[in-house]
Formats: sequence, structure tokens, C-alpha cells
Amino acid sequence: MTAAPLSGRATATEPAPPAQDRPGQEPRDHRRRHGLRAWAGRQYWPAVWYLLPAAVFYTLFVLRPLGQTAWISLFRWDGLTEGRWVGLGNYRALLSDTRIPAAIGHSLEFVVFYALLPVALGLFLAALMSRIRIHGLSFFRAVLFLPQILATVVVAVSWRWIYDIDGPLNAALRAVGLGSLARAWLGDYHTALPSVGLVGTWVMYGLCMVLFLAGTQKIPTELYESARIDGCGPVREFFTVTLPALRGEMSIALVLTITYALRNFDLVWNTTTGGPGTSTTVPSVFIYQGAFLTHEVGGAAAISVCLTAVVLVVTGVVMRLVRGKEG
Amino acid sequence: MLTSRRQTVIGHAVLVVAAIAALYPFLSVVLLALSKPGTRQSGFTLPTSISFANFSHAWSRGLFSEALVSSLIVAAAVVVGTIVLAVLAGYAFAAFPFPLKGVLLGLLLVGLVMPYEATVIPLYYQLRAWHLTNTYWALILPQIGLSLPFAVFWMRTFFVSTPPALREAASVDGASRFRTLRSILLPMAVPAIGTLATLLFLFAWNEFLLALVLVPDDRSVQTAPLALSFFAGNRRNSDPGVTAAAAVIVALPVLISYIALQRRMISGMLAGAVKE
Repeated sequence: MTAAPLSGRATATEPAPPAQDRPGQEPRDHRRRHGLRAWAGRQYWPAVWYLLPAAVFYTLFVLRPLGQTAWISLFRWDGLTEGRWVGLGNYRALLSDTRIPAAIGHSLEFVVFYALLPVALGLFLAALMSRIRIHGLSFFRAVLFLPQILATVVVAVSWRWIYDIDGPLNAALRAVGLGSLARAWLGDYHTALPSVGLVGTWVMYGLCMVLFLAGTQKIPTELYESARIDGCGPVREFFTVTLPALRGEMSIALVLTITYALRNFDLVWNTTTGGPGTSTTVPSVFIYQGAFLTHEVGGAAAISVCLTAVVLVVTGVVMRLVRGKEG
Repeated sequence: MLTSRRQTVIGHAVLVVAAIAALYPFLSVVLLALSKPGTRQSGFTLPTSISFANFSHAWSRGLFSEALVSSLIVAAAVVVGTIVLAVLAGYAFAAFPFPLKGVLLGLLLVGLVMPYEATVIPLYYQLRAWHLTNTYWALILPQIGLSLPFAVFWMRTFFVSTPPALREAASVDGASRFRTLRSILLPMAVPAIGTLATLLFLFAWNEFLLALVLVPDDRSVQTAPLALSFFAGNRRNSDPGVTAAAAVIVALPVLISYIALQRRMISGMLAGAVKE
């Protein structure tokens, strides 16, 4: 997974103002000249040399492919023969493809498991622990964070064993006399999606907890004392002191977990490959299958474009909703 | 005094449960891997005898020695390449005035939030046209590009945090911009670069989608996660113990570095997430 610094604005979707009007974050230099004349002058050339190597890589391997994905999405293309221009045809086809709403539905269910559940769990636990001094904090932090650093494939193999027909989960059920519930959890149409979802919960709840614990450590105890003096119970204390203080951490946790849930290729592919049937198929699985297995490259590119747009918009909206009121 | 003894005890009990839940799936796989081949493992009892036979099977059948070397080569190259480019660009963003700075930072942000799925299709065709698929380059070059937004923001944040007086003093003393970077700022940046390197290494080591798409055919350049995915995919050919051993083999290098560097990794990831 990627922990990424995030901006409070959906800069990606806003056209930036022309350069002349934007002095950047530099201390004002009155001798500075603007616009084309400045480019023609020599004062900006050093910056170009420092930026050029990164710009070349970023353009070749991120910006250009991003644009090409959008371009490819306008063609009907099998990846081998010449593509045929279909304009927005691929997008129209997406609208009428019945598999797509199902895949989006699965994604939304994953958002519950990957984002809402871990954030709720993390909040509850952080609230529980907001007022006590935790012994061995760094040990707990390290252990809770562990699922984040393991490769998703390793996580998937571990959980495939847990869910295996002879695995620990079924053994536990049999041990307590619920053997009739035992099944191949990832192979069953009814349980596959929640089973994969719970793996996501497992990966993410530690991250949320660690984030929120770090947040609660920064709350001055005087706030709790004065809340106590005002006669607040634990519930009101949570809503008036803890929750507002964790706003920033909440927005980070939600953005990281929701975008992970929406993309969610590695985990689904390595646990169920979208199956059984299409019961755990999500858009990113369609992208991979369409682009590299069934040769519907244009359609896969159209799904990529939509997925990217959704991720960018969700990021922007969550940041604005949760963090916006702060500043 | 805010806390009662009872609250402290309950809080710690909950933490212990949460920690066990975080550890258990991985521990159960370790136990399975260490069990004797052919024995049934319930996942709850400790194995009566420890055997490394599953590991040697996985090691020889799954070509994991090659996969680990591939992962190491790719991750090291991505870390070094990304850091060199990010230091230069981050320095420029933090220390130089130039037009279009806001636009360029905005473009970088797109790459930060964007899912990999958005670039992977054209990347495949581009790299194939350059005859680079199924080579290390197919993993190294795109991952440098994709890691740059995070790394550039990271380095820029560091350089912004250094006192401007340092740069001014250096330039008064006649140091060029590059000299200032090399002799004054870089030595100060060692801890920040170390954390960044650790994180980039982790991301590169764990990368899956790009490896799956860009080096699908040549087993000798496949990275460890991909090798594990293919190995675990033939479930009919391998018993769970061997698959578990393979998973442990792939996790081990990351696990060892995590135990050594966990403070740096966690605080880095939290800082990376909270900054900006």
C-alpha cells in the first residue's frame, strides 16, 4: 500500500491559474521578472536542470501513460490489430454492461470493510485509550502496524490458509460444536465477499488505530479535565473532545482506506481472482482481465479512466468534508 | 488524576486482543510452514516437532532464490534512482523561484492520488515496443516514475524546513547552488533520506500489479511477490505447508528490516500521510 502525503484540495481537477499570476511560495524578490521574458532570461535555467531528470521520468512513465489511457479508451482495440475509433462508445458500453453495477456494488461493500469498519474500530479503541497512559506503546504500535508492511500476496496466502476447508477458522468452529458452519469460505458464493472484506479490515484497522492513538496522544489532558468538571460523561467527552481533535487523522485514514478499497486489485486477485463466478469481481479486476486476458483493451482503458476519476473525486470530497472545516 | 486503575487495565486488555488479532494470521502460517510435511495442522495446537522440509521444498520448487535476488535488484535500483531525482527536484521546488511551479506541483499531486491501474495499460505497450518487457528495466523505470510524487513532496518538505539563512550564508561565502546542496543540505538530510529510502524499498518490494503485467513470462526476472502468487496459484500441485513456507520466505526480508527499522517505517508512513 502507499502512504501518501495528501493535499487538502482536489488540485488535480482544477485548472491552475496562469503562471504569471502565481508567484509560488518564494519570498518575494522584487527584481524577479515574470512570464516569457523571464524564461528568455537566464535566471530560471538552474531550476530547469534540477527538475529535468525527474520531469522526464514522470512524464514518460506517469503523465504520458495517463493521457494514453484516456486516448485508448476512445478506441475499440484488441491490442494487436489496428484500433477503431468509437468515441465515447466504450463508455456507453460500460453504462449498459450489467456486470459493471455488480462490480461497483462489490467495491462499495469493500469500502465498508476496508474503510468504515477499520475507522470505526480504530476510533472506538482510541477513544477507550485516550485517557490512559499506555505501557509498551511502541511495541503495540509495531505489532498493529505489521499487516501494513507485509506484501499483499503474503497476506492473501495467510488468509487463504485461515479460510481453508481444513484451516484454523473451520477447526475453531468444529471445536466449539459449530462444525455445520464450516465451509470453504473463499469458494462459497455467499461468504467470499465478506471473507475478502475482513482481510481488508485486518490490514487496515491497525493503521487506523496507530493513526488515532498518535492523535489522541496530542490532546492536552486539561481538555479532558475541564470536560469532566463540566459534568461530561464518557460519550459526550468523546464527541466534544476526542472526535474534533482527531479530524485530521480521520481524513487521512478515510482517504487511504477508501482509495485502497476502490482500487483493491492485489488482495482480490490473490485470494479469489474475482470468483467464485463474479461474486468478488471489482473494476480493477475487469481492467486487468480486459487489458491482458480477453483483449478488450479499449474497454479496460475506459474503466481505468472512470476508476481514476472516482478515486480523485473521492479523495477531494473526503478531504474537503472532514478537514475543510478545520482551517 | 484522570484515569482509574480499571480503565487502564481494560485499555491494555483491549490492546493485547487487538495485537493478537494482528499477529495471529501470520503466526499460524509460520506454524504451518514449520510443521512436518503431510501432517495435519489445525492451526491451534503448537506443532510437536519442527521441520524445515517445507522450506527446502518451497525454496527449490519455487525458484525463490532467483526471485529474492530480482526483488533486491529492482528495489535497490528504484530506491537509488528515485532518491537522486527527488533530491534534485525537491531542492528546486523548495529553494528556487521559477514560473509554473504551482502547475508542476499540481501535476505531481495527480500522480500521488492516481491508482496504478490508470497507467498500466499504456506502460505495457510502450515497454513492449521498447523491447523491455520481461526485463528488470520494465519494473525499475516505471516504478521510479510512479514513486517520484511521494519522494519529491517528501524531499521538498524537508528542504522547506531547513532555515533559508543557511542557503544565504552559503551563497555569501561563494558556494554555488549545487555546492550548497551537496556540502550543507545533504548531510542534514541523511535521516529524512534514510526514512524515505526505507519506505520506497518497502513499496518496491511489495509491488504486485506492475510485476504481473510487465514481467509475465520470464521467471528469472520475476520478483518475490509475483513468484509467490504464481506458486500459490497452483494449489493442486502444492500442499499448504509448502505454500506457507514460500509465503514466509517472501515475507522474511521485509520482516527482518521491519524489526530493525520499525520506528523509522511507522513514523515515516504516518508523517508521509499527515504532511501537506
